[in-house]
Amino acid sequence: MANHNKAIKISKKHLLGIQDLSISDVNFILSEAKQFINLNKSKNKKLDILRGKTQINLFFEPSTRTQSSFELAGKRLGADVMSMNLNNSAIKKGETLVDTAMTLNAMHPDIIVVRHQDSGASNLLSQKVNCAVLNAGDGRREHPTQALLDALTIIDRKKKIEGLKIAICGDIVHSRVARSNIYLLNMLGAEVNIIAPSNLMPKDIQKLGVNSFSDMKKGVKDCDIVMMLRLQNERMTSSFLSSNREYYEYYGLTPDKLNFAKEDALIMHPGPMNRGIEIDTKLADDINKSVIKEQVELGVAVRMACLKIFCE
Amino acid sequence: MMKKKYFLNANIIDPQNSIDELGGMIVNEEGKIEAVGKKVNSNNIPSREKYIDLKGKYIIPGIVDMRVFVGEPGFEYKENFRTLSEAALSGGVTSVVTMPNTNPIIDNVSIVDFLKRRGRDKSKINIFPTASLTKSLEGTNMTEFGLLQKKGIIGFTDGYKTIQNTRLMSRIMRSAYDLNCLVMQHVEDEELSKDGMVNDGIISTKLGLQGISELAEKIIIERDLTLLEDFNCRYHISQISTEKSLDVIKNRKDLINFTCGVSINNLSLNENDIGDFRTFLKLSPPLRTEEDRLALIKGINNDLIDVIVSDHKPEDEEQKRLTFAQASTGASGIETLLSLALELYHNESIKLNKIIKALTCNPAKILKINKGNLTIGNNADFCILDINKPWIVKKENLISKSKNTSIEGRKLQGKVTNTFVKGEELFKI
Repeated sequence: MANHNKAIKISKKHLLGIQDLSISDVNFILSEAKQFINLNKSKNKKLDILRGKTQINLFFEPSTRTQSSFELAGKRLGADVMSMNLNNSAIKKGETLVDTAMTLNAMHPDIIVVRHQDSGASNLLSQKVNCAVLNAGDGRREHPTQALLDALTIIDRKKKIEGLKIAICGDIVHSRVARSNIYLLNMLGAEVNIIAPSNLMPKDIQKLGVNSFSDMKKGVKDCDIVMMLRLQNERMTSSFLSSNREYYEYYGLTPDKLNFAKEDALIMHPGPMNRGIEIDTKLADDINKSVIKEQVELGVAVRMACLKIFCE
Repeated sequence: MMKKKYFLNANIIDPQNSIDELGGMIVNEEGKIEAVGKKVNSNNIPSREKYIDLKGKYIIPGIVDMRVFVGEPGFEYKENFRTLSEAALSGGVTSVVTMPNTNPIIDNVSIVDFLKRRGRDKSKINIFPTASLTKSLEGTNMTEFGLLQKKGIIGFTDGYKTIQNTRLMSRIMRSAYDLNCLVMQHVEDEELSKDGMVNDGIISTKLGLQGISELAEKIIIERDLTLLEDFNCRYHISQISTEKSLDVIKNRKDLINFTCGVSINNLSLNENDIGDFRTFLKLSPPLRTEEDRLALIKGINNDLIDVIVSDHKPEDEEQKRLTFAQASTGASGIETLLSLALELYHNESIKLNKIIKALTCNPAKILKINKGNLTIGNNADFCILDINKPWIVKKENLISKSKNTSIEGRKLQGKVTNTFVKGEELFKI
């Protein structure tokens, strides 16, 4: 671990979205995260940076990788980590998010990591508690640590982001990952192509500074990165698509479509994957092209960096 | 019996009687207007009588607010007739049209007597209740328009719900035509706008909130105006919010008779005001783009829009201290209606006379009530207005039981200082 002599401050108290961050905030988080990559590969992974601090993971929506990643990140930094899976149980009892926040606030946590099915939930929570709030996904709005780990993964493999052409393909309208990535990749100087059937494309997305395509081959053409997103069937309240097999035919990542991208293009996916729906199963496992496992690995480093920075 | 009242040196605006002049007003012992206008001056009042000098101030007819939700019966914790009346008076509103979305719903004759009694006993303003178009607001079976109207129901609407079924809508129009009833429609294709919370556009995309397409409004307007070609009943579009809707209205205005309203919220705010998930700005229709807002102002100026309403929808704070998706829809606004509308006068968007017209005689004409004017012999329902008085909207100062204002912290110019109903001063700053 390198010692940090200068105390660089982050401009925000909470990590609610990439939208709120400045480029120096982002670079600071990414550089901190880099420090943790090797630590996570070493034998002794435990630090005491956050010893004595209390981290509460508040998950209103089921999550496997993000929750375990945050839990592990907190533990490796020495924090006391408590995970609460509320999956609507508190809501069923009639407790509102604000009341839950007040209750937890009385326990004096140092940081709350929250995932909620409603957009803006982390903003609301942050207004009601004294500690820092990290957004681990709010509705369709933002999932900042996912975008940061994606950026770290790209930098790790491509050594840069500026000037890269990056395609994000799939269920954009329901995707917080897409939104956070659009903000972050734009900020870092990439050219972003958004690919989705019109039913899954949010209105006026071009105004966020991206190109939009409903033809996947045109969208992935000459791209350095192809990021596939999961079809969020749980958020689809009415018919958006005719069938999964038709979707796979037109928007699933298959070798023939990937051929339109650059030869050394990398495949990313935030997980969990629907194999055979969004992505050809062999491509997903192709160690030369797919960095999906690396994304998970670097996710822990990014979350360690965020916990460290926002806890201080 | 009260004393005769004399007001002098006021700017008097009464669009119905084409009065826009410096003058005075005399209110007789019975609370009726005895004389009004430039002819009323210190020479024609008895020398021993005291008069009120309103130099620099305005007299305007009491406002007729065509779209007001009251919590009574069923949601008295949000607003009851007494608190509504107090809030209305402080904003110069002397007549309100109440929506039927209560519990129980105003959909049958037996509840109307209760409603009128409560309205009369608890409020000091004129209450004009509507009944629902369909039983239980379910959008399937018509209510008894004729019988309800005889009982004193002023018009029919499903409030914040829209008649989705086209066949039913055409039958409603036929019945309303036969019985000479007023139909007021909230225009929204509910399938198209399902789960929607904000305008569909860059803001909904950025905030990750389900959008409401402007087409959802346009489709129902086009459908209803097409149906009206067959049976042109008294039909009023409760509120429009988009430029696209105005285009439709413009094209049809000369062919069929109908009227149209707009919420003061859509005239004064746009989707950007939602900012960081401000649930107090979760409204129906939603706040739209700045282009839409400017088009609506133009719509008032060229008489495509007849009425400005408060769309007063009191909600207690608990219903707003939630995530945007869970928070209830609507804003309290009856007491800020006039002051916020005056902002459009001060920034030279709309002429004062036009604003007053859209708040007084235009709604009265649609409702066929003799209100919203200063006609000699009528009940003296009016207010005195200090048009330049600056003030700041603070929710703790609001009189309404619910504090969910859409314009918290807004600096306004112009405030009602006195409100009279039947010649009696019921509000004074």
